[in-house]
Amino acid sequence: MIVFCASLIAVFFLIALLAPWIAPHDPVKVDLASKLESPSASHWLGTDHLGRDNLSRLIYGSRVSLGFAALIFASSLLIGIVVGSVSGYAGGWLDSVLMRLCEGIMAFPNLVLVLGIVGVFGPGLTQVLLALMLVQWVYYARICRNMVVSLKERPFIAAARISGSSSWTIIRRHIIPNVQRPIVVVGTLEMGWAIMDISALSFLGLGIQPPNAEWGAMIHEGTAYIRSQPELMIYPGILILIVVILFNVLGEGLSERYGVSKR
Amino acid sequence: MIGYIAKRMMAAIPIIFIATLVTFALVHISPVDPAEAYLTAAHIYPTPELLEQKRQEFGLDRPLFEQYLDTLKRMVRLDFGSSYLTNKPVWDEVKTRLPATIELAAWSMLLSVLVSLPLGVLAAVYRNSWIDLLSRGISYFGASIPQFWLGYLLIFFFSVKLDLLPVEGRGNWQNAILPAITLSLVLIAVYTRMLRSSVLGQLQESYVQYARTRGLRERSILLKHVLKIAIAPLITGMGINMGKLLTGTIIVEQVFSWPGFGRYFVEAIFNRDIPVIQCYVFFAACLFIVCNLIVDLIQTALDPRILAKGRAEH
Repeated sequence: MIVFCASLIAVFFLIALLAPWIAPHDPVKVDLASKLESPSASHWLGTDHLGRDNLSRLIYGSRVSLGFAALIFASSLLIGIVVGSVSGYAGGWLDSVLMRLCEGIMAFPNLVLVLGIVGVFGPGLTQVLLALMLVQWVYYARICRNMVVSLKERPFIAAARISGSSSWTIIRRHIIPNVQRPIVVVGTLEMGWAIMDISALSFLGLGIQPPNAEWGAMIHEGTAYIRSQPELMIYPGILILIVVILFNVLGEGLSERYGVSKR
Repeated sequence: MIGYIAKRMMAAIPIIFIATLVTFALVHISPVDPAEAYLTAAHIYPTPELLEQKRQEFGLDRPLFEQYLDTLKRMVRLDFGSSYLTNKPVWDEVKTRLPATIELAAWSMLLSVLVSLPLGVLAAVYRNSWIDLLSRGISYFGASIPQFWLGYLLIFFFSVKLDLLPVEGRGNWQNAILPAITLSLVLIAVYTRMLRSSVLGQLQESYVQYARTRGLRERSILLKHVLKIAIAPLITGMGINMGKLLTGTIIVEQVFSWPGFGRYFVEAIFNRDIPVIQCYVFFAACLFIVCNLIVDLIQTALDPRILAKGRAEH
């Protein structure tokens, strides 16, 4: 199951990566003469209200959903590992301050804080990405910090310190390898959430701005034609559903295999 | 017991404090100048003198710490300032919209408990049967489907195709059906899973074996003993997932044009109406913290062992 989900996710990433080569049409090219067309040989999934090719928009849309989710994952992971290890390693007042900060951020429901930040700085993809990063690093930081605290007193760390390894070497060589498993599990599940959050924000009109293709934004555009052409909103939704289910099943599978709890 | 309650409440205070700091920071890192926004809203041309006057009025020229204390005092009185857009007090506007959101949330919670309770218990009792499979399917589906899409799918099937239910708005009970279903599916997914695993865990316990040897019927073991303990995680789950419910109302209110606080919040985001945003964010944090606290206390009442454990630690 793990291999199956992971390879399907890989296929989605490959599609996103190769979008310019596999997409049959330009995703933003308006062609009003052929708007709202049914599937045909040249437009396999038909066209939208501006005559843009649906299949191409779906393919390009995967770049935003998957690409930005991966970006958020990578950057919040990096911040989380740095803050978490420093906090756990240093201990004392620095640890308390950083952990209270984490608790403060976790006191807000994720999407509320993201929306608050976007509200203050105005809509736009950059703001959305920064806001999502800001709320996500906390989870990695906490995992990392707790791991460091429990590892710190173990003999092999003491041995490394006595033999003259610097703090950074110890964090890099001994601590990070130990936090890999819980982070992979949480990261996989968070990817699913990130994709949903990005699409929800785009749906609200706060994330990606037109004419760019994004699954959530496509659903939003499609809802205007819910009576005549429901497939416009159905296709992108199915894709979000499939990708998120894949990440969730993968995360569950990994958490069972590694024997780590989720959060 | 009272000592424990007091301790838990004290523990919530620093978090509420941080939440007020974050909401205060939101306004101060915002590129929108409150003085200018107010004047623009009142259709007054913002001359430098007027701006200066307004800034003084709002206390924007005073030290940050003083401003923060001032904000804190006002928040306690539920005074969140006036909307940049309408110049009316934010809390008055919120008060008219809150009942709609509470109605929606209440229906969804009721629905999710009504569905997940039997589903989770049956899935655990008849493990690996079709009902267990169904519960797992619903869990994955509910946790992975974008809420706004689910809302539109329901509109498509029940309002457009079958023409059974109204598309949007709030009024009679038919209006609440689709939004409540949309909002509750994710909760059903989470609760069902929690119940299933907690009932499964309890069924392994020795007291269940003992009750069986005593010749008690399975049904009465389940209803009288297992369920009483297995339901505790569900209550925790309801508290923890308050955030999901709240963010859910934002999305669902948007889809169904439900005139609640969530929809007001989204409008405020588009209008950069910072006081309203601040009010919502603060409100959300408080709700979250208070729910967790209540959950803690209910759990202690249900399972006094927690209290004993707390004592043993100190």
